[in-house]
Amino acid sequence: MKNQPVSNISIDSTPAPRVTGIRLFFKRLIQQKVLVMMSVPFLLWLFIFKYVPLWGWTIAFQDFKPARPLFDQEWIGLETFRFMFTDANFHLIMRNTLVMSIINLVLGFVTAITLALLLNELRNVMFKRVVQTISYLPHFISWVVTASIVTTVLSTEGVINEILVGLGIISDPVLWLARGEYFWGILGTTEVWKNVGWNTIIYLAAITTIDPGQYEAAEIDGANRFQRMLHITLPGLKPVIVILLILNIGNILESGFEPQYLLGNGMNAEYSENLDIFVLKYGIGIGDFSLSTAASVFKTVVSFIFLFSANYIAKRLGESRLF
Amino acid sequence: MSQVSLRRKKFNLFDTLNILFMIVLMIVTLYPFVNMIAVSLNNANDTVRGGIYLWPRMWTLDNYKYVLNEATIFHATMISVLRTVIGTLVSVFCTAMLAYTVSRQDYVLRKFVTLAFVLTMYFSGGLIPGYLLIRELGLTNSFWVYILPGIIGVFNMIIIRSFIEGLPDGVLESAKIDGAGDFTTFVRIVLPLTVPVLATVSLFVAVGQWNSWFDVFLYNSSNIDLSTLQYELQKILQTSNTAASAQNAADAFAGAQGGQAVVTPTALRATMTIVASLPIICVYPFLQKYFVKGLTLGGVKG
Repeated sequence: MKNQPVSNISIDSTPAPRVTGIRLFFKRLIQQKVLVMMSVPFLLWLFIFKYVPLWGWTIAFQDFKPARPLFDQEWIGLETFRFMFTDANFHLIMRNTLVMSIINLVLGFVTAITLALLLNELRNVMFKRVVQTISYLPHFISWVVTASIVTTVLSTEGVINEILVGLGIISDPVLWLARGEYFWGILGTTEVWKNVGWNTIIYLAAITTIDPGQYEAAEIDGANRFQRMLHITLPGLKPVIVILLILNIGNILESGFEPQYLLGNGMNAEYSENLDIFVLKYGIGIGDFSLSTAASVFKTVVSFIFLFSANYIAKRLGESRLF
Repeated sequence: MSQVSLRRKKFNLFDTLNILFMIVLMIVTLYPFVNMIAVSLNNANDTVRGGIYLWPRMWTLDNYKYVLNEATIFHATMISVLRTVIGTLVSVFCTAMLAYTVSRQDYVLRKFVTLAFVLTMYFSGGLIPGYLLIRELGLTNSFWVYILPGIIGVFNMIIIRSFIEGLPDGVLESAKIDGAGDFTTFVRIVLPLTVPVLATVSLFVAVGQWNSWFDVFLYNSSNIDLSTLQYELQKILQTSNTAASAQNAADAFAGAQGGQAVVTPTALRATMTIVASLPIICVYPFLQKYFVKGLTLGGVKG
């Protein structure tokens, strides 16, 4: 630990002229014993609940048998990873994970930015506030409730089938969730329904920081509303968009767990099963702890690589970046 | 200036379409909830005939009576309330306390503590190591598995820290001069001053507690006494995904009610959905004014 800057709040008025760094550190530690007592118990908590499980990564390199003690397992190196990467089922899982993740990423960004721009154009403040309040609501509703709603809406007697049959687009009600090829579309739409309002918050906050003088200048130059949106508001949002993009690219293998688990069934499994479902199915369902942990390790490592790469690229392009 | 005022008056096609779009958005957002309420207040056997949209055809409270009389569901609701209240109080207090210590520029462990916590935002041990840890700690089959793993929320800590750092310096300094200790300063000065951000964080934590079902499924699924409302709804959802088991469930209800099916799986699901989301729908509008501020502050500075 480097020596701390002497603070303006601290009371020690006469620091001894020639104390070594370590002695100064301990002296101040004792002075601040109340602060220490207020934070160190949480460090202990952190160590147990967040750092100890990292030790569990070793399971991925072992032929783990739950019946045997944790320290008496057979090491098999990268065997589990070799098995996983050559498994056809895993390739399918990776395809589903990446496709759903990219659908969520693109749809999420496009819809949230569009909605934020449109909300910003509303002139009646009261109306705008009502729209915002209502559109944030689904974000707070659990995935279980959301899945229940989606199941109801998409059932054979649900509103989607009634509308489509009523308009003559389809002749008989379709069991949407039983048809795997529709799963990605259903998932993407559900994610948008649940989160589009919430995701506008950060963009709307960023819009308020744009200098209003720019709009006035553009108006005097004869720019219409679309041109102002396109050439002032959107560029003003660029730093926020880049940061969120980096964060989201880091989470590229994080395609969600709850919606896939809750809306997934035997008939759409070929499209709905992703990496997190794989981890659960092999880990808790089948009890293959090694394979499940290997998939978790793979996910974390890939996330790190993507996060740092996206950050590096943004840095090289001269854009704002995370770190 | 005249240009600007001119702009204010003009109300064109774009504005009309924009308002129409917003109205459609609100309908799409709210319709599922309204429909669920209508189904939950309609006679279950009548609902099977279809055609229930915005308003019940045959009003009844039987569905709610059934749900609330069901011992399992009532007990699960109590556990949900309990974990939400205890979990939120414990987590918000502890997170705020930690946030205060790392907001103190003179605290010697400030950088170390902050880094140790922030690092954990970027990795986790994964499902199985986490599961094994909880098992080794003896937390399976226990209520405390809902509380202990979530004592500190790192993102929440950053939001609260940013808020405290944004407070005027003079306030905390004057407390110091008055001879208040660090803990007293935290309880008497910092906590009251951070109410807006604590309200935001409380909302996030409470919603997270109320909505979670996966920890119940993972650690306590064998003990019905520790089940929660969301997990019970999840189980109903899973069984009604296959038509055959839904029929079984309906038969079971019919049996329990003496031959006549008063509650069907559809009605039960709608009622449970409303019960599970009602507390959030009720509380959320009151806290809304806080969270946008709290979130954007944390997002910008964190």
